[in-house]
Amino acid sequence: MQLFPCPFCGPRDETEFHYGGDAGNIRPDGADVPIDRWANYLYLRSNPKGAAREIWVHMNCGEFFVMERDTVTHKVLSSAALDGEHVA
Amino acid sequence: MTRRYSALSLFKEGLAGQTGWQPAWRSPEPKPSYDAIVIGGGGHGLATAYYLAKNHNIARVAVLEKGWIGGGNTGRNTTVVRSNYYYPESVELYGLAHRLYEGLAKDLNYNVMLSQRGMVNLCHSTAEMEIGARTVNAMQINGIDAELFSPDDVRRVAPIYNFSPDARFPVFGGIWQGRAGTARHDAVAWGYARAASRLGVDIIQNCEITDFIIEGGRCRGVQTSRGAIRAERIGMAVAGHSSVLAAKAGFRLPINSYALQACVSEPVKPILDTVVLSPGCGVYVSQSDKGEIVIGGGLDRVPSYAQRGNLPTLETVIAGLLEMFPIFGQLKLMRQWAGIVDVVPDSSPIIGESPLPGLFLNCGWGTGGFKAIPAGGTLLANLLASGKHNDISRPFDLDRFASGRLIDEAAGSGIAH
Repeated sequence: MQLFPCPFCGPRDETEFHYGGDAGNIRPDGADVPIDRWANYLYLRSNPKGAAREIWVHMNCGEFFVMERDTVTHKVLSSAALDGEHVA
Repeated sequence: MTRRYSALSLFKEGLAGQTGWQPAWRSPEPKPSYDAIVIGGGGHGLATAYYLAKNHNIARVAVLEKGWIGGGNTGRNTTVVRSNYYYPESVELYGLAHRLYEGLAKDLNYNVMLSQRGMVNLCHSTAEMEIGARTVNAMQINGIDAELFSPDDVRRVAPIYNFSPDARFPVFGGIWQGRAGTARHDAVAWGYARAASRLGVDIIQNCEITDFIIEGGRCRGVQTSRGAIRAERIGMAVAGHSSVLAAKAGFRLPINSYALQACVSEPVKPILDTVVLSPGCGVYVSQSDKGEIVIGGGLDRVPSYAQRGNLPTLETVIAGLLEMFPIFGQLKLMRQWAGIVDVVPDSSPIIGESPLPGLFLNCGWGTGGFKAIPAGGTLLANLLASGKHNDISRPFDLDRFASGRLIDEAAGSGIAH
């Protein structure tokens, strides 16, 4: 069992967490967003092999946060609370 | 020199001291250019090369494989072949694959050990039976064999299932596809490789793509660990690593890569002669010809490129297995492994030209690529030969994510992913 660091609760079992998507995938704003931009936001993913920056939710406390992780070794590189403007 | 496999050639070779057998496929040095390049020496890539040569008479083809052929998901799946899908588009696709599988051993002159032992998707409640009836009706209307099973029918095909009154997931019935079954996964890769090689295709292993050659906005070849190789048409069938190659080609895909685990027990005497899937337990099970119980389940929920899998998912799968078949509690697990699968939001594959002209995609099969190998190969070969879709591949183009015409086969994967 791997432990993930919740910025609020500390290290917890991986089963308590849910993957939320790429960090920095900001929802397009406004009424005249072109279709490709929507498709890009909704569906296209970087899906990196190696270092990844991801949104996760700790389902026990309900808080969303940013975790940097290596998708090959599964090593956690950092974990931090959201900074207010989604994720820069 | 023995070229064709048959009972007679086996007998003759027996008399001749087994001296006339040839390697099943050639291992030539890569040429500087080809008519078409296929990236990925798994089932889909090898099938693509075979059908390019066989159906389209294009045999100046190279299959470039980073490791060894059939060493990725082709060698890591649970070998189930079925076509019990819901939407007409999916039925056309998986139905084609299923029909080709039925003639594959003869077509390739290689025994892929297809065993059509039937598969039952269990229903655990009245509500699930309603959905089961709807699925069976849809399959029958689409021309796919399907039958709605009663609890007695399920008891007939899988008597060792947990029918006890206190079972967590009691059996209300099931969806039966009698033509479903299993095939020998390595044989599918090796059979396509041998048949393609005999038609002139170059199979080049230990050849990793480092970059694409892009000229005038078109893909015109690849840089590899064994030098530059050029072609006007390039197909890629690299499953969980599709996003990595897409990044080199300058675009993104609607794919997340996850580990999908499977495991086998020690071999035991024949006890289960069909494929049983329980959505409630999140597990599907069959018995291999060697006697191992072959166990598959849901995805690891952590995006990953590590071909090993995490412990919590394995625990969940084994717990589900024992709920289905308490008798298996005596078994020892022999091996566990994982493959990296390319999961798409609508659980349907992506087949078509990529945003980089000249580069064609066959990816996004997610957890169900093995059963689709003959169709994936046929369709990518058609795209590489003609540059155009046919009616079967058209709905699976990448453009469906911008147009919104998704083919939401989430239920078709059987297990909730």
